[in-house]
Amino acid sequence: MAVNYMIPSFEIERNDYRCIRCRVCERQCANSVHRYDPDGDVMLSDEFKCVDCQRCVCLCPTHALKIRKNENELRENANWKQNTILEIYKQANTGGVLLSSMGNPEPFPVYWDKILINASQVTNPSIDPLREPMETRVFLGKKPHDMTRDKNGKLNTELPPQLELELPIMFSAMSYGSISYNAHKSLATAAETLGTLYNTGEGGLHEDFYQYGKNTIVQVASGRFGVYKDYLEAGAAIEIKMGQGAKPGIGGHLPGAKVGADISKTRMIPEGSDAISPAPHHDIYSIEDLRQLVYSLKEATGYKKPVIVKVAAVHNIAAIASGIARSGADIIAIDGFRGGTGAAPTRIRDNVGIPIELALASVDKRLRDEGIRQNVSLVVGGSIRSASDVIKAVALGADACYIATSALLALGCHLCRTCQSGKCNWGIATQDPELVKRLNPEAGKERLVNMLTAWKHEIKEMMGLMGINSIEALRGNRMMLRGVGLNEKELEILGISHAGE
Amino acid sequence: MKRVFVHEEWCLGCHLCEYNCAFANSGVNDMVKALKGKPVTPRIHVEDDGKIHYAVSCRHCENPLCTKGCISGALTKGDDGVVTIDHEKCVGCLSCMLLCPYGCITTDEKDVVLKCELCVKNGRGTPACVEGCPNRAIVYEEVEA
Repeated sequence: MAVNYMIPSFEIERNDYRCIRCRVCERQCANSVHRYDPDGDVMLSDEFKCVDCQRCVCLCPTHALKIRKNENELRENANWKQNTILEIYKQANTGGVLLSSMGNPEPFPVYWDKILINASQVTNPSIDPLREPMETRVFLGKKPHDMTRDKNGKLNTELPPQLELELPIMFSAMSYGSISYNAHKSLATAAETLGTLYNTGEGGLHEDFYQYGKNTIVQVASGRFGVYKDYLEAGAAIEIKMGQGAKPGIGGHLPGAKVGADISKTRMIPEGSDAISPAPHHDIYSIEDLRQLVYSLKEATGYKKPVIVKVAAVHNIAAIASGIARSGADIIAIDGFRGGTGAAPTRIRDNVGIPIELALASVDKRLRDEGIRQNVSLVVGGSIRSASDVIKAVALGADACYIATSALLALGCHLCRTCQSGKCNWGIATQDPELVKRLNPEAGKERLVNMLTAWKHEIKEMMGLMGINSIEALRGNRMMLRGVGLNEKELEILGISHAGE
Repeated sequence: MKRVFVHEEWCLGCHLCEYNCAFANSGVNDMVKALKGKPVTPRIHVEDDGKIHYAVSCRHCENPLCTKGCISGALTKGDDGVVTIDHEKCVGCLSCMLLCPYGCITTDEKDVVLKCELCVKNGRGTPACVEGCPNRAIVYEEVEA
């Protein structure tokens, strides 16, 4: 085809006075955007290849580079937005399903930003976290329904298995394959230092990381990659992945090109073969089937580890969660529609699922109404962006939060949303050894620990200002929240009053 | 003594260390002013061979060949272990360049011998290559001799 309908998404602005022709940008761009032309002693750029990952901008020693949105404009049309038109051109070129990565970037409401937190004034004292002890430790797992005594009148104190977290935040599932060895190592070592857990995702557990077992959640997903007895026994908990917020209802596909020797061994599939995760678990078509898998996994590990069931937030999430809470699962993880992914069809990422805030509020309410809230702990993810999101999630009823996008950002991700290309310039979403080495896991760990240490300080500050000294006392405490700019239905689902009420 | 070490595992071959070195030793306070349009003569060099990258700078050897071969006594190993060059004494014979087994001695356009002096003379404290390395590949560490 002679005419190229596409236009570059970005423009590269190079300040020629500042550019010293060191060519660091050229060496660091895996997309081969930058090029030095010795004839004219100039740096040239192929803007079509730029994904705005900002690697060159960050490494340019003289700050000569800026990546801007391409200002070229198609004729304005409120219905046919420029991007909509370009996507049609792209599909007319290729005949393919559009692929995207990371979370839904469309302008849907972010309910966290429409919820405000209460503070103590005059009638109830706030607490200074620098002077008084503040408890952020949480235990995840099934809690007893009531107090029981044995035949001698002694209290039964035996609890089902629990996970102990130093703060109500865990790193959520990202498979080895979707992210690199060094990214996994950063997460594993950071989880160990922070006293929390990271999650293997569905790609199995690399043999080097068995040593971090007590800080690991091992996942069993529809592809069952890398699942065997030692794997199940290696982790502190087992997660059954039924769905993912970014792409509810569909499976996954790790292209054969990314299945190198190490990944092949870890996933237990032939080298170079596509790793296809089916959309459903082929042995789960009902809550009863789910219960069988939950108990198979418990049986296999001697009832010593809590079992998590992870689902995407979808329309009937409250009923689904109620079913899961009766399936024998110890923890339910719910992933909202803004959760990230290493690759998903664009249409699905941007149009399927519901916001985690609404899903969490309705699940917590439903489980309490049915008197089964203590059967399970609730973990929520799908774009928890800050300590205040964590506080709001806990007040809406979550026991803990899962973070992944925030963690990748701490590792250097700039949300260019092209993980599917496998050419991550930051060494995160890639298996190319030349790119993987760009993430030094020692620095990665430090940055993750720094981020969550900062969040922990902020969580304590916010608990203190509410006059709460234990995160447990905040859970489901919706009186601490008020909505702004929300309609009655939204307030009703969130179970909170409007600001001023 | 503290020395500059390179972890090949983490060296990306970005060559930033070369530019940070040349800038740090330029005596100019702006990188553009210091390096724009001029020959860049760093005291550290990234050796590239396909997929292997390795930044090489003076090892500050226990028994340096360069100081032994220096005909004018310009190159000396100080009490702190740092091998330095006295430009007043250097006659530019370049014997040291031939003797250095690591290829760590270089010259600029004036035929003056240049070598890594661990950023001691330019008053930085931590070597510029170490400070500017984006992946902690270059480290400045104490080791047993």
